[in-house]
Amino acid sequence: MVENDRWGLLLAHLILILGVAVVVFPVYVAIIASTHAPGTFLQGVMPLLPGSHAVENYRSVIFEGRSNAGAPPIGLMLWNSFVMAVLIAVGKIAVSLLSAFAIVYFRFPFRIFFFWVIFLTLMLPVEVRIVPTYQVVANLGMLNSYAGLTVPLIASATATFLFRQFFMTVPEEMLEAARVDGAGPWRFFKDILVPLSITNIAAMFVIMFIYGWNQYLWPLLVTTDDRYYTIVMGIQRMVTGADSEPLWHLVMATVVLAALPPILVILFMQRLFVKGLTETEK
Amino acid sequence: MARIVMESLSKVYSGGVQAVSDVSLDVADGEMIVLVGPSGCGKSTLLRMVAGLETITSGTLHIGDTLVNGLEPAQRDIAMVFQNYALYPHMSVYDNLAYGLRNRGVPKPEIDRRVQAAAEMLQIGEFLPRKPRALSGGQRQRVAMGRALVREPAAFLFDEPLSNLDAKLRVQMRVEIRQLQKRLGTTSLYVTHDQLEALTLADRLVVLNGGRIEQVGTPMDLYRRPETVFVAGFIGSPAMNMIESAWARATSGLPDGLPAGSDLIGVRPDDLTLAAQPGGLALTGRVALLEPAGAESHVYVTLSNGQTVTYRTQGLPDLTEGAAITLHAPLSALHPFNTATGKRTG
Repeated sequence: MVENDRWGLLLAHLILILGVAVVVFPVYVAIIASTHAPGTFLQGVMPLLPGSHAVENYRSVIFEGRSNAGAPPIGLMLWNSFVMAVLIAVGKIAVSLLSAFAIVYFRFPFRIFFFWVIFLTLMLPVEVRIVPTYQVVANLGMLNSYAGLTVPLIASATATFLFRQFFMTVPEEMLEAARVDGAGPWRFFKDILVPLSITNIAAMFVIMFIYGWNQYLWPLLVTTDDRYYTIVMGIQRMVTGADSEPLWHLVMATVVLAALPPILVILFMQRLFVKGLTETEK
Repeated sequence: MARIVMESLSKVYSGGVQAVSDVSLDVADGEMIVLVGPSGCGKSTLLRMVAGLETITSGTLHIGDTLVNGLEPAQRDIAMVFQNYALYPHMSVYDNLAYGLRNRGVPKPEIDRRVQAAAEMLQIGEFLPRKPRALSGGQRQRVAMGRALVREPAAFLFDEPLSNLDAKLRVQMRVEIRQLQKRLGTTSLYVTHDQLEALTLADRLVVLNGGRIEQVGTPMDLYRRPETVFVAGFIGSPAMNMIESAWARATSGLPDGLPAGSDLIGVRPDDLTLAAQPGGLALTGRVALLEPAGAESHVYVTLSNGQTVTYRTQGLPDLTEGAAITLHAPLSALHPFNTATGKRTG
């Protein structure tokens, strides 16, 4: 880098600012849009300054809803999304920690075979296997339930891989020391492996929480009862469900509210990341 | 406190590699045995077999009166100190020491008593609440020792515990380990590739080569009377000079009175002198390099057959590089070997 090149610096910052603007602008528009009166959008001009209806709009989506516009109060939907995201994140982490533990530390027949089977599922996302998965969930009577929303999404090759890679970096002496210390496999897992993986678990939790939160197609299929609607579905229903023009000001208020929980999760988990990054082991 | 009795222990890996073959060794109660040898000689494998971290392919292993071949490490009543310490990084020093006791269901007050006692013995009391990453290498080493101590096991197993420390600390810890072991009187097996460590620590020294025992004895026995060419070359620093008899005879420097079949003559750099030794060995050559090392000097002498021998002397000798020199050794200081068998001839 040439340090005294003022124009170069300016140019670099300009490009960076432009990049930030591209990312932030839609979010900004959503927030602005959620503060205007219903009529503003029908004029075809997008306002760029905050309007005066913020309180009214947010109160409306949180407490009243617009049933004729396919929008019940969003509290329940937020809660459903939250439960689904947490169950998926926790379930995925639990299952993949255990399967990675099995693959790395146990010598069982066809170990490599099972490893590749898990690997293969990477290539089959929900969308590809959606019809048979729906069939199975329906036959098990799990439609319109939290189980139906979460269980099919829990198996995770990605997280299994991540934990497998991490476990393989744990020195073998750690296992041997634990064996000499009288720790069986379960104790080793619970007392040593899981605490050592905590930053990886936090990272996985964030990624999987957002993955669960953003699920759209699957909840749309397995829920017909509005007690199990999730927020992402709800937004979609608000846009397409009504006979009238979409109530954009309310849609945008909902969007903003729907984006909050993942942001909070990231902010909370970030402390763990930073801790993990600054306190790395030798 | 226990004897460790190994009978014909062998280890063959699944690939067919023979890491340890037919090792028999009787370790007395309270004895400090050092296993030494070059890398890949099977010393660590043997130690890990005793620990229960490697399965025993054949042979029997008794610790105390118990046949432990099929027992898990935790059931063998041993404690192990690892080369990289293998401390649990997320636990405090206290928890690191206490973990093995907790797993055994030792009551809390007893755990606390033992941890405090070990901490005091190793002077790590002030580190108990800290995490291992906040400690220096030497302190971690002490914690690893402490983890073994609190268990009050029948035997300590050390797997090159000092090789990650700097030279000064290594000497200090070596002394401490030896004092501690003598005070506690716990049977110990210690693996190292450092022959100085081996000589200073051992009650008895076991030299391994290619998975077999070359020689067992006290450090001074092995130094004074190595039974094989391998042991002769491995123990002692600078290494023993090995002179071909045929060449020495041709230069009329070979004494009479060596046993038949001695085609290789070993002589330690310390046993060479400038003064003539009637009836002894005489080696003529030129000074290749003079290496002062403080209290002593190492002189490298190139013989007429191109071989370089080392001569160790006190102070700085009055020699110039390139000058002709004749080194002498008395008959009693010679170690005659046979190259075909690799064994001592007398």
